Amino acid sequence: MTMKLPYFPGCTLHEKARNFDQTARAAAQALGFELAELEGWTCCGAAFPLAGDNLMGLVPAVRILAQASQQGEELVTLCSFCYNVLKRANKVVREDTEKRDKINMYLDEEFDEPYTGQVEVLHFLEVLRDKITFEELAQRVKRKLPELKLGPYYGCLLLRPPKEIGLDDPDHPQILHNFLSSLGCQVIDFPFASECCGSYQAVRAPELAMECSYRIIKSARLNGIDALVTSCPLCHFNLDAKQKAMAKKYGEFSPLPIFYFTQLLAVALDLEESIWGFDQHQVRPDELIKIPVVEEKQ
Amino acid sequence: MKRIGVFVCWCGSNIAEVIKLDEVLEAIRKYPGVVFAEYYKYFCSEPGQQIIKDAIKANQLDAMIVAACSPAMHQATFRKAAAAAGLNQYQCEIANIREQCSWVHRMHKEEATQKAIDIISATIEKVKQNEQLSPLTSPLIKRALIVGAGIAGMQAALDIANSGYEVLLLEREPSIGGHMAQLSETFPTLDCSQCILTPRMVEVAQHPRIKLITYAELESVSGSIGNFTVSIRQKPAYVDRQKCTACGACIEKCPVKVPSEFNFGLEMRKAIYVVSPQAVPNKPVIDADHCMYLTKQKCGVCAKICEAKAIDYEQKEKIIEEKVGAIIVATGYDLFSGEDLDLYGYGRCKNVISGLEFERINSASGPTQGQIKRPSDGQVPKEIVFIQCVGSRDPEGGKPYCSRICCMYTAKHAILYKKKIPDGQAYVFYMDIRAGGKGYEEFVQKGIEEEKILYLRGRVSKVFEDNGSVVVWGVDTLSGKKIEIKADLVVLASAIVPRQDAKKIAKLLNIGSDEHGFFKETHPKLKPVESSTAGIFFAGCGQAPKDIPDTVAQAGCAAAKVNSLFSMNKVLSDPVIACVNEELCQGCQLCISACTYNAREFDSRRNIAKVIDALCQGCGACVAVCPNKAAEVKNMTTGQILHMLDQLQ
Amino acid sequence: MRIEISNEKVNSDFVKKIEEISGENIFSCYQCGKCSAGCPLVGEMDLLPNQVMRLVQLGQEQELLNCRTIWLCASCLTCFSRCPKGVDLAKVMEALRVQLTRGGIDKLELREIPSDILAETPQMGIICSFRKFTG
Repeated sequence: MTMKLPYFPGCTLHEKARNFDQTARAAAQALGFELAELEGWTCCGAAFPLAGDNLMGLVPAVRILAQASQQGEELVTLCSFCYNVLKRANKVVREDTEKRDKINMYLDEEFDEPYTGQVEVLHFLEVLRDKITFEELAQRVKRKLPELKLGPYYGCLLLRPPKEIGLDDPDHPQILHNFLSSLGCQVIDFPFASECCGSYQAVRAPELAMECSYRIIKSARLNGIDALVTSCPLCHFNLDAKQKAMAKKYGEFSPLPIFYFTQLLAVALDLEESIWGFDQHQVRPDELIKIPVVEEKQ
Repeated sequence: MKRIGVFVCWCGSNIAEVIKLDEVLEAIRKYPGVVFAEYYKYFCSEPGQQIIKDAIKANQLDAMIVAACSPAMHQATFRKAAAAAGLNQYQCEIANIREQCSWVHRMHKEEATQKAIDIISATIEKVKQNEQLSPLTSPLIKRALIVGAGIAGMQAALDIANSGYEVLLLEREPSIGGHMAQLSETFPTLDCSQCILTPRMVEVAQHPRIKLITYAELESVSGSIGNFTVSIRQKPAYVDRQKCTACGACIEKCPVKVPSEFNFGLEMRKAIYVVSPQAVPNKPVIDADHCMYLTKQKCGVCAKICEAKAIDYEQKEKIIEEKVGAIIVATGYDLFSGEDLDLYGYGRCKNVISGLEFERINSASGPTQGQIKRPSDGQVPKEIVFIQCVGSRDPEGGKPYCSRICCMYTAKHAILYKKKIPDGQAYVFYMDIRAGGKGYEEFVQKGIEEEKILYLRGRVSKVFEDNGSVVVWGVDTLSGKKIEIKADLVVLASAIVPRQDAKKIAKLLNIGSDEHGFFKETHPKLKPVESSTAGIFFAGCGQAPKDIPDTVAQAGCAAAKVNSLFSMNKVLSDPVIACVNEELCQGCQLCISACTYNAREFDSRRNIAKVIDALCQGCGACVAVCPNKAAEVKNMTTGQILHMLDQLQ
Repeated sequence: MRIEISNEKVNSDFVKKIEEISGENIFSCYQCGKCSAGCPLVGEMDLLPNQVMRLVQLGQEQELLNCRTIWLCASCLTCFSRCPKGVDLAKVMEALRVQLTRGGIDKLELREIPSDILAETPQMGIICSFRKFTG
């Protein structure tokens, strides 16, 4: 089945989080479907505008959805922020006809038909869970990492607001847990799995953001976690790049590698090392992964 | 010699763990008089009781001891088992070897075992001299007296009357309905209070088995359960209610104006008046203190104008004597009127009113025809402040308890205000919101969300008048801000207190009341409507502050107690009571003053003291004071006690 | 210091604007404090998140627009997902922020951002910041 799914990477995935994008595509191919990148896509806007009268803020996201609607009925994304913005913007368009009409006015030069919410926004994890299934995924794993203790870190935007996003239970989410289990890894639950990393306050209040991230890492270490797994480049940055500064402020601790979930998928599917992209990490996870192949699977 | 059986219970491990029951059994089997002794794990269980019944029959026992837990637990159970096996239940005694032995001597098993043997032996001595007794019976009059015809009294009256018994419903005011008749709407349904109350009032007035006596008070009570004699003082209405057609002409013509009690002085009534337009009965009464004819022999216009010739200035107070079998006290509540209110400006500022006054203002039949206007100048208030916990939860300045209904009725008031004055702003100063009833929380939240009532968390420190406004100084602890509001009208949710004369009624009926004047129930959890006097129950706010659903439920409960009493044909009481040896009694009457239950009386013809069986509680005070040893308590005689003590030496 | 509360204050244009822009019923909040209890960035805030809501209820415009709290919010939506009354405090925070940013006041200047932060931070973070903190 060579399923072709329209795909929106978002700005960061083509630059600071290239490894996230690369491993996702390669994994998709190995699993038998294609992430068909939208042509000429633009920034989604990154933040869903919380002021109800801010319609301009929604235009970038709706534009992407309109683009996607020309290529199919679904749109897959990887970055938590993009996912959140696109999904929430989609809901506005579906439920508020007045806003929908106004937004479409900004797009009518580019698109013949107004966008009315035809596209279903999917996260890559949903594709794995619902279209490939975790059971099937477990069968395809070539390289098991049974010794590895992973902490699934969901962050905020993958789960909240729960009624609108609806991906999983906001307080006891399971989707990343189940994904990691299907790869044959040990999954450790810890209390900070969906606590905020500090998000964009890394720019304006960096000390405060660092405190948020440090608490997450501390909790992970206390619970015996070897590495955290995330789906958001900003979370990755806050958790990974700041560890040196954290050690300086809060005292030394054993550095904790942060993975994108697709990197682990690439490793598990035994895809070539060159795409794993560990060179983009501050805290290199290479040692953790250098475990001999346990079983050869067909 | 009586054939005595002893049943020693293990009580699981409660007794068996401490007391060596084999030793006990061996010792007791040897005791003179004991023809059967056995132990078992749980004598209170069904198989246990069967063992007892079988043993009584097989061994032809004349008396039995159960050595087990406190008699308070299972004396009734074992006595019933004894009776079922044909043994007189008062030949069954309990030897408490648990609470008084195994539970308190856990560390001293040897001594405890010996003590258990002693306790059982002593009890055997007692039972040897027990008389065959039967429960006493006294006559039962199947008629109830209900004091107070508010919603509680009316509900109880209907429940009893509908079960086929007669009810005497007594009301102090000229008409029935209590405070509920003064309310405009009730929470949480916002039903018009009169609309749901009037059908009850009419039903009560027209019920064939309910005799309604209004404008009358309880004067005295004597007797005991099943047989009370009550005297009622009927106040003169100066109106012949049979002749009166309620045309209202007299009221119209009366020249005297008096502040209306029903409307808290917000309106005037005449000296001849009906309490409210929906009064039941709606026949007027004349207020003797203000009527010009009755005080100064002037005027007399009402008599002149009455076509039915129903005015009767010669009416006198009457004492009515009635006999009833049970009494329910449903006297209700009043609002706190203590010093604390002055702090909040009540009395000082005209525009500071109580919750009930707000109800009257909001009522369509009230002083302002339901238009919300402030008392001082009749202006419509645009800023209205409600203050909760005035006098409640206030150990220093008021009452320590929570009055339970204020959070709800304040929310109700604020909502009703907003519905009538949508462009006004309502504020509520509160400490907590107690909205535990069905639909109550949702009601309060709806008020806040839909009517935008601003709830400020904090108490008020000062209320004073300034330039036409009532200034309220309070706090909002949530934001940490001191608040000032220039209000047009302030409504106080003052504490619920029992009626002023509730203590007097309690004394008349010889029932207990607590330090606040609320009637005292026998057990706060399991006997919420029973007073300390058998046959007298209560319902409603006279017992404790509560809302209408709970009042109605409690009234039903009290009525059920009365109904179950009336369902029997006589009143049974415990025969283990005092008696007088008439040969020995000298008539010194010391026992009469010693008795706290009024259960002793003097027979002056024979010059001896007598016991009123129905009232005697068997406490033994008379036995202690009698110089001639003429007083004894049956089956607990001085002789028996001395024998028991001999055994313990 | 005592603040005055009145009909005008509680139903002011300011309060109405916040309600309109956020789309939330300000009176739904019953000050349970759950939002403050769960907020990850509460550490340096001068007003607790629930106090922000409270001051809106009391119409205290000046204090709100001068506080630090609304600029420390990370829009993580923990408050909203925990609120028993379903009040979206994050939207109220945004409504307060735009009172200033739409009025020409920027809380973030490009030239004031340290160069290393600019260089290292993923672009989504930079974009978000500008959207939240400038007009």
